[in-house]
Amino acid sequence: MVSRRNFLIGGAALPFLSYIELADTAFAATPKDILVVAQQLDNMTSLDPHEGFEAVGGEVMSNMYQKLVRANSDNPDHVLPVVAASWEADADNKVFTFKLADAKFSSGASVTGEDVAFSLQRAIKMNKSPAFIINQFGFTAENVESRIVAKDAKTVTLTTEAPTAISFLLFCLSANIGAIVEKKVVLANETNGDLGNAWLQKNSAGSGSFKLQAWKASESITLVLNENGPYKGNLKRVIIRHVVDPSSQMLMLQKGDVDIARDLTSEQLKALQSDDGIVLVRKQIASLVLISLNQNNANLAKPQVWQAVKWALDYEGMQKNIVPLTHAVHQSMEPAGFPGTVTDTPFKQDLEKAKALMAEAGLKDGFDITLDHYSAQPYPDLAQAIQANLGAIGIRVKLQSAENRQVLTKMRARGHEMALSAWGTDYFDPNSNAEVFCINKDNSDDAKKKPFAWRSSFKSDEFTAKAEAARDEKDPAKRLALYETLQRDFMANSPFAVMFQTTRTAACRKNVNGFQLGVLSEGNSYLETNKA
Amino acid sequence: MNRRFKSLAATLSSVLLTLFGLTVLTFLIGRVMPVDPVIAAVGDNAPEDVILRVRTEMGLDQPIPVQFLHYLYQLAHGDFGMSVLTKNPVAQDIVRFFPATFELATAALLLAALIGIPLGVWAAVRRGSFTDQAIRVVCLAGHSVPVFMLSLISLLVFYSALDIAPGPGRQDIVYDGMIDTVTGILTIDTLIAGDLGAFWDALAHMAQPVIILAYFSMAYIARMTRAFMIDALKGEFVITARAKGLTLTKVIWGHAFPTVAVQLVTVIALTYAGLLEGAVVTETVFSWPGIGQYLTVSLMNADMNPVIGTTLLIGLIYVGLNLIADILYRVLDPRVK
Repeated sequence: MVSRRNFLIGGAALPFLSYIELADTAFAATPKDILVVAQQLDNMTSLDPHEGFEAVGGEVMSNMYQKLVRANSDNPDHVLPVVAASWEADADNKVFTFKLADAKFSSGASVTGEDVAFSLQRAIKMNKSPAFIINQFGFTAENVESRIVAKDAKTVTLTTEAPTAISFLLFCLSANIGAIVEKKVVLANETNGDLGNAWLQKNSAGSGSFKLQAWKASESITLVLNENGPYKGNLKRVIIRHVVDPSSQMLMLQKGDVDIARDLTSEQLKALQSDDGIVLVRKQIASLVLISLNQNNANLAKPQVWQAVKWALDYEGMQKNIVPLTHAVHQSMEPAGFPGTVTDTPFKQDLEKAKALMAEAGLKDGFDITLDHYSAQPYPDLAQAIQANLGAIGIRVKLQSAENRQVLTKMRARGHEMALSAWGTDYFDPNSNAEVFCINKDNSDDAKKKPFAWRSSFKSDEFTAKAEAARDEKDPAKRLALYETLQRDFMANSPFAVMFQTTRTAACRKNVNGFQLGVLSEGNSYLETNKA
Repeated sequence: MNRRFKSLAATLSSVLLTLFGLTVLTFLIGRVMPVDPVIAAVGDNAPEDVILRVRTEMGLDQPIPVQFLHYLYQLAHGDFGMSVLTKNPVAQDIVRFFPATFELATAALLLAALIGIPLGVWAAVRRGSFTDQAIRVVCLAGHSVPVFMLSLISLLVFYSALDIAPGPGRQDIVYDGMIDTVTGILTIDTLIAGDLGAFWDALAHMAQPVIILAYFSMAYIARMTRAFMIDALKGEFVITARAKGLTLTKVIWGHAFPTVAVQLVTVIALTYAGLLEGAVVTETVFSWPGIGQYLTVSLMNADMNPVIGTTLLIGLIYVGLNLIADILYRVLDPRVK
């Protein structure tokens, strides 16, 4: 006879017995045709390629859409054809003709010249954050329909306002703003003349490897294979799970619940270096860590002080001790991996030289200054090292830590004295950084353009002229040579001490191969990814 | 009748005043904090003309009082505004994120109360004994060890080492997109869908965060129960009951505990409110897409409409649970009647 007590205990135990049974099946490794990625997805605002301008979103979009051309990570001086099979410029370097290759949208329809022209026109007409990348060629909402034209199903012409280096145009078209969307589908989902913007923020209409199945903000993104796209591997789905905590990402990777972990810390990566089951894919990305000296401070406005700061910093020591796996010493304003980037690192710590420069500036006894910096690691540690380095030459630094948007807001208002921050490049051309660091024509508080140089009140007519000359040079080789000269000049004679370039690492399980990281996030690609 | 009406009116006025105060405070903090919300919308590298246009679109070029009046007007029409990050109306986001937290918090509270109250009573009855000391140590650990540490240790032991619990997240990827959202409470939705595999999977994913949160809350409930019970056991009515020859069980549960229950209502209500507020750390470690994570992400990205909307919701929860506690006081405590 079963007592009432035993019956209740037995009843209570049943769920747990079922649970143990379940544990064997449900917690197995991910299926072979599904790639699961753990990644922080908390700053994505849109998956419309003509609007989204954040790193994570950029990566997702570049796997859903194709562009006329794409950046070449093996040889950054030349782009690779994608939707465009070939291109040529006219004698005046103003009319550029693109012949299209065969490509299909996820709907099965062919990519036509009309789709290409519509897509580029759409980007200009919507005029969202990244539109400046192509409207700098003189396209406006008013003229774009006459300047970007589909000549036939396989031919598109772009007519720029002024003579333009074809390499410059191509590099700009390799950005996500150059993504080709399917005109018919997008217009079918248009509301209130928004050119399908609201719909495309959470849907896709591209010809890339994958299409969007679902985006659950702060939860996950699910991409499914575009059967008509260029992907030829064994993946049917890519699920990107929003996992904020790096420790959770690490555990899930080691257990096989995710195939790739994207946001591991330096310490975790160190531990994984000796793990045979994990492969680390590393890439230097277009993000620089630098100190900006605001020129509205009389002491910081002295060129000798710019030099003194650069010679006082212990770049190698900081890299080895604070950011060994996440950053490399880099001193040019252009990131390594870009066309024409100078990778020399002429500045080494030389305190005597730095002190002599301080004396030459009439500041032998030093001065007090505040350094604003991001509160997230590694910035506090770097800031402390900078404080010690500059202290050795008499610059008494007071550290002020804040969340990164707070620091950026302060810099935008020119409220900082010195700031340790990061700068991410917008598109794959040297002009992207040269423009923001060198071209500042109006240094007034209410200037219409407020590039990075403006934020630190730095205006140099010489740099402006050189950057514009390099931008407008038609010969691609000469153009890159001009940028190299500009970089060296800027490195030596500007109030910006570029210190490091960020290295991004994706930790992949051994059975995952072919995942690629790009110098820009839009180069992060699943195109050649497979699971064994 | 008139007295009751007055009491109800006073309560309602107090609730509305609290919520209004909360709205003013949160709105002002959102507007005066040293972060430009436009950067959250368009990114730091956006050109100046786009920034200016979006600032106007967001109404941030208006004086703060005008912005506030506009916001109040929106609120009066049930509109919490749009989230810059999710591109959804905030109300829609709350409907999506809150059930995940509700599910976690309710299960954790039930577990915490079911274990914490008897433990507290037991510790009070055995005051000073080994049992009391053991319960004290267990409770101390639950309340003093940081939740993120407990969560990580739990993942390390039960998920990574022993392999008897699933990892972070609400469900396994094999169920991704398989269950239609009806209530947003996954255990219920899986049952509605008739998918027992998904139900057990959802329950398994809940186990660790629920136990962690329950442990944390249980520690507090048990300590408070013990303190209330010790006081109650000193009462003359308890001595009388014992003198009359009643069994210890009857004295404890029939005489002493009902007096403690009244005080426990407030403790449990506040604990529940705290859990519903969103256990940010637990949600972060366990990748639980709840209201706490939504609030944190919004705050970190200066996305102020969700911050204000979520704060109002949390305020409403506190006020609501306090009201329920007040009502229960009247039911449970004859002196209030």
